Amino acid sequence: MTLFGIPLDTHPIWLTLEVAALTTLALMIIGIPLAWWLARMQSRWRVLLEALVSLPLVLPPTVLGFYLIIALGPSGPFTEFLGLFGFEGQLTFNLMGLIIGSVIFSLPFMVQPMMSAFQALPEDVLDASRLMRAGFVDRFFNVILPLARQGLLVGSVLTFAHTVGEFGVVLMVGGNIEGETRLVSIAIFDHVESFEYDQAHLLSAIMVVFSFLTLVSVYLINRRFSARLG
Amino acid sequence: MFEGNLSLKLGSFQLDSGPFAFESEGVTALFGRSGSGKSTLLRAMSGLDRRTRGQLRYHDEIWQDGRRALPAERRDIGMVFQHAALLGNRTVRGNLDFAARRAPQDRGAAIDRAEIIERTGIGPLLDRAVGNLSGGERQRVAIARALIGRPRVLMMDEPLAALDWRAKAELLDLFESVIRDFGIPTVLITHAPMEVERLADRVVFMGAGRVERVETLREALDRVDSPLFTEEGPVASLEGHVECVDGDPHRLRFVTTPRTADGTPVAFWLGADGTDVEHGPRRLRVRADDVALARRPIEDLSMQNQIPARIARIETSGPGRQAVFLTLNDGQRLVSEVTDRAVADMGLDAGQAVTALVKSAALLR
Repeated sequence: MTLFGIPLDTHPIWLTLEVAALTTLALMIIGIPLAWWLARMQSRWRVLLEALVSLPLVLPPTVLGFYLIIALGPSGPFTEFLGLFGFEGQLTFNLMGLIIGSVIFSLPFMVQPMMSAFQALPEDVLDASRLMRAGFVDRFFNVILPLARQGLLVGSVLTFAHTVGEFGVVLMVGGNIEGETRLVSIAIFDHVESFEYDQAHLLSAIMVVFSFLTLVSVYLINRRFSARLG
Repeated sequence: MFEGNLSLKLGSFQLDSGPFAFESEGVTALFGRSGSGKSTLLRAMSGLDRRTRGQLRYHDEIWQDGRRALPAERRDIGMVFQHAALLGNRTVRGNLDFAARRAPQDRGAAIDRAEIIERTGIGPLLDRAVGNLSGGERQRVAIARALIGRPRVLMMDEPLAALDWRAKAELLDLFESVIRDFGIPTVLITHAPMEVERLADRVVFMGAGRVERVETLREALDRVDSPLFTEEGPVASLEGHVECVDGDPHRLRFVTTPRTADGTPVAFWLGADGTDVEHGPRRLRVRADDVALARRPIEDLSMQNQIPARIARIETSGPGRQAVFLTLNDGQRLVSEVTDRAVADMGLDAGQAVTALVKSAALLR
């Protein structure tokens, strides 16, 4: 398709949204229990685990990408481990690789807001709901998550936006295969490399508008929350 | 009946209750200074902390045996916390519903929801978010929510401590009538002697992480060295009810409930207006330094209450002061605090008949 007279390959856009959505979903499933476990942990090992979870914040994406290629490559330890369960195929340079890389890279963006939300939960409210005969699952879904929903919202949106904005890790783990692992950020890099500034402009502008709208909606929802909670 | 011996270490604080046993009917106050272990003991009894060790039985049900414990969610405890602990993302009605949906249908106190709402006065608040309720309103919702959960035992952890004096007075009246009328066994933590004297039937005295002794309220108020007595000196607590004479709101009096079969009720005029005092059963708290003694009734005296009494015994209550413990015609106890000189001049002694003089204005202020 063309937009403003500029040819636009929409595949990277759809792929980016798909990767970001699946990453966010995966991180909800992994990150929420992890954040709960860390938030309630009394052990002194917690410091080490927290640092480990936050490592992607400070590591160069290339370092993370490099280790992921090694671990996920066709003869990497993780792939071989999966092979014990009959797994065949590869985890790098395809959609799976993109998602695994993104999940690890965005882990702190989901875990940290959720952890703060869990730690800020009023202890006596949790005790009260227990004494009202709410067992753990009941408490988790009807008391804990609703009270921590702001953390969940912030974590999800940050994860989604951060995945959309990723470059280094996905380039290392996914490569730059047109129509398969080429995300928007990589497509922009490609266009610039080949002096296709019009296309680069268009995709960049779309990214700016998208990111801006995402953040505006976060702040809007945040404001509604705090207004309602008084 | 609660019977047990619990230990629980929280931070640097160690609870080692030692063996204890007390009836659960009525209101049991866990009383002690801050740091005495009363909150920790209540926490251990509630089953909320899995580090609790020791033994606990509630009637013939085992709640704790060594490491094994009946989960807190199966003990049917209605808890009122110091800061209400309402679910912040729900309305008042949502909080009540949360408790109602999880309440057992076959056991616990079955009290009509509408009655609970009416008695606690939260009807107008039902659709409000809990975030903008006052402290007193929050505690009203908390007690209503606890009652709606059909508890077998009500536990209250300093429920009045965070409130201003007016809300405190209103809530105290509410607790007194609600606990009595619904008859739910209650364990109350407090460091305020006044709350003990108004609400409790027995007192568990705590100190340094141990249960020091368990006494009935009557026993606890019947000794000069009672920990319940503060700088204001000894206090008596009388059972009875408030009524208006001939329906006249300005003639308000308190009529005691005799303790013994041959006792006769004693009436006290009250220094309050009938329009803003709730009628019906309650307790009257009388400070010993508001009670004077005379050999016989005195005419032309502003002190309206001249109560015939008999001296049970006299004990030194402080430097130069004596506590005179009196038995009233209804069998209940009143205390008067007088000087050594007054005791000597009047020749007061145990067994004598005297008249206790109490200013109406000092009662039910």
